[in-house]
Amino acid sequence: MTGTIERPAPVRDRVLMKGNEAIAEAAIQAGCDAYFGYPITPQAELLEWMARRMPQEGRVFVQAESEIAAITMGLGAAAAGARVMVSSSGPGISLMAEGMSYLAGSELPLVLVNIMRGGPGLGSIGPSQSDYFQATRGHGHGDYRVPVLAPSSIEEAVTLVADAFEIAERYRTPVILLADGLLGQAMEPVRPAFRAVPRAAADWTVGGAAGRPPRTVRSLHLEPEALEAHNQHLQRKYREIERAETRWAAEMLDDAEIAVVAYGTAARVARTAVERVRADGMAAGLFRPISLWPFPTAALRDLAPRLRGILVVELSAGQMIEDVRLAVEGRVPVFFHGRTGGMVPSPGAVARELARVWALTEPRPTARLEEARTAAAQVMAGAERSEAGPRTGQPAVDAAIWQERHAPMKDATR
Amino acid sequence: MTEAVAVPRLLFDRPASLIDRATHYCPGCGHGIVHRLIAELVDELALADRTIAVAPVGCAVFAYDYLAFDWVEAPHGRAPAVATGIRRVRPEAFVLTYQGDGDLAAIGTAEIVHAAARGERITAVFVNNGVYGMTGGQMAPTTLLGQHTTSTPAGRDPITTGFPLPISEMLAIVPGSDYVARGSVVDPGSIGKLKAMLRRAFEVQLGGGRFSLVEVLSTCPVGWGMTPTEAVDHLSVVAETYPLGVILDRAKGIGAGAAPGRAGEG
Repeated sequence: MTGTIERPAPVRDRVLMKGNEAIAEAAIQAGCDAYFGYPITPQAELLEWMARRMPQEGRVFVQAESEIAAITMGLGAAAAGARVMVSSSGPGISLMAEGMSYLAGSELPLVLVNIMRGGPGLGSIGPSQSDYFQATRGHGHGDYRVPVLAPSSIEEAVTLVADAFEIAERYRTPVILLADGLLGQAMEPVRPAFRAVPRAAADWTVGGAAGRPPRTVRSLHLEPEALEAHNQHLQRKYREIERAETRWAAEMLDDAEIAVVAYGTAARVARTAVERVRADGMAAGLFRPISLWPFPTAALRDLAPRLRGILVVELSAGQMIEDVRLAVEGRVPVFFHGRTGGMVPSPGAVARELARVWALTEPRPTARLEEARTAAAQVMAGAERSEAGPRTGQPAVDAAIWQERHAPMKDATR
Repeated sequence: MTEAVAVPRLLFDRPASLIDRATHYCPGCGHGIVHRLIAELVDELALADRTIAVAPVGCAVFAYDYLAFDWVEAPHGRAPAVATGIRRVRPEAFVLTYQGDGDLAAIGTAEIVHAAARGERITAVFVNNGVYGMTGGQMAPTTLLGQHTTSTPAGRDPITTGFPLPISEMLAIVPGSDYVARGSVVDPGSIGKLKAMLRRAFEVQLGGGRFSLVEVLSTCPVGWGMTPTEAVDHLSVVAETYPLGVILDRAKGIGAGAAPGRAGEG
């Protein structure tokens, strides 16, 4: 018996792209003038793509002698008005902390890509989300913030690269694109929405003081009053970024009773897990932060009362969970599942965790609460009959109800 | 008989690029002299409109308060990297770094060596006063043997702290360097020679040459525990460790001659 195999019609509008290369090309298409880098796994293909493509476009590519030099060359080029990208991974990103602080202090736009690997120290070259604290807490010394965008697919990375340049220039701030080694190394079919970012005239760049007074790009303000004024200016800017640039995606949350909060690769694993437990009748959803700073605090705070449990999934020992807990302010129990060192949670493991959260936070049968109330009422009645008797009824009921509701949290939290 | 008529002739004036402002530098400090020489040359070569200078960390960070052109402030030691970024995106600019010896010869060693190795078309003005002046006169890599500093209170001992670093000589053997010289602010004659060195370095860059550097042996009376005149006199002693003169002039064939690593260059 013979037959023909049905083949799906070829999809012509998609191209197979590696994450690192898609990010690099997105930067070129966005109008990146200069790229500075240093080889490190798992972001090396980004540097290699730039080494080949930037000269083709008549633009600047420099392989620096260190990550310190790479970010600092970026600082110089940004001060001279160029649109700059720099990329690295954990150990190199640590060396760039100095440069990022100076960029923030000097109010210079630049996009830094961190393709995260496992740490601490030399760690591993496997995918990880262990640089969340580093990225979202400012990274270097001083009171400053850096917008952090976290793509969860290569297609989204392409879009966010252009957005990152736009945010960097609109607010004159460095911006971090935070992805993990899996997103950097994976290849997937994408419809790359490359976008050229328009340029705005800048009145602060250096280029020779022809026909205008000289300018200085600086971060030093020795007078305490002057530095405080500068810090207040930066903080106003950060509040404005929080107001206008907070991004997240809500998936299957309309009827959800439990939700995963995850970003990047962890969110992709979580999405599969959520679909699986939904098939088993559990109303689960996915809340995916896209901007990690500003963190979508208000959205999560508003969502919390509608949920009975949250599961945070990360490729780390638990970093974003702190922002989730700050956001929900104890309104809902927060559970955690994470893998480290280059390990990635499987959809099955996340689904099992979700089922556990579902069971642990399930409302108890009303009958048992009624039992407790009846017992309490009897104690109260007894106390009223004997005035000498202790009035412990109500607290006992509270304790019983509290235990009913919260006992699972004791062993469930990390 | 005719009477001689004295025609007024201006012999000395403030260069337009030198802002009319009292500096914060200590009495006897050499930075003011170096600033003035740079300002004179920038004016003489008509570079003010296209100069982008990079300020160091240290006393001279405030050079931008005295020299009227565009400046970018660098993290400590990173001025050559900042200058590289500027140079690559502003090919038409005249790019200058102004660095001290702690900045250039200690924390910024990698950046200066690799800027030279890449043959960056920038000029480094390297002011060597042998100590970390701004932080209180601690030992620098350039501190002389036996010199008392706040971090070598018994004098610099080579057993524990090694030897003065001849970084200009090191940079002169790098194939990407085209001009390296060492001058001094010890007396008017030396200052004149120093200006000629700076002019040559500027011209190397303007002529499309590669990396150029001029080291200036300068003073830090406060850091050295000397009066201004003692400090200036002491520069003759400093020059025994750091000999004055042109170390490399690739264009003129002075010094190292053909660069070993540049054999395959077209």
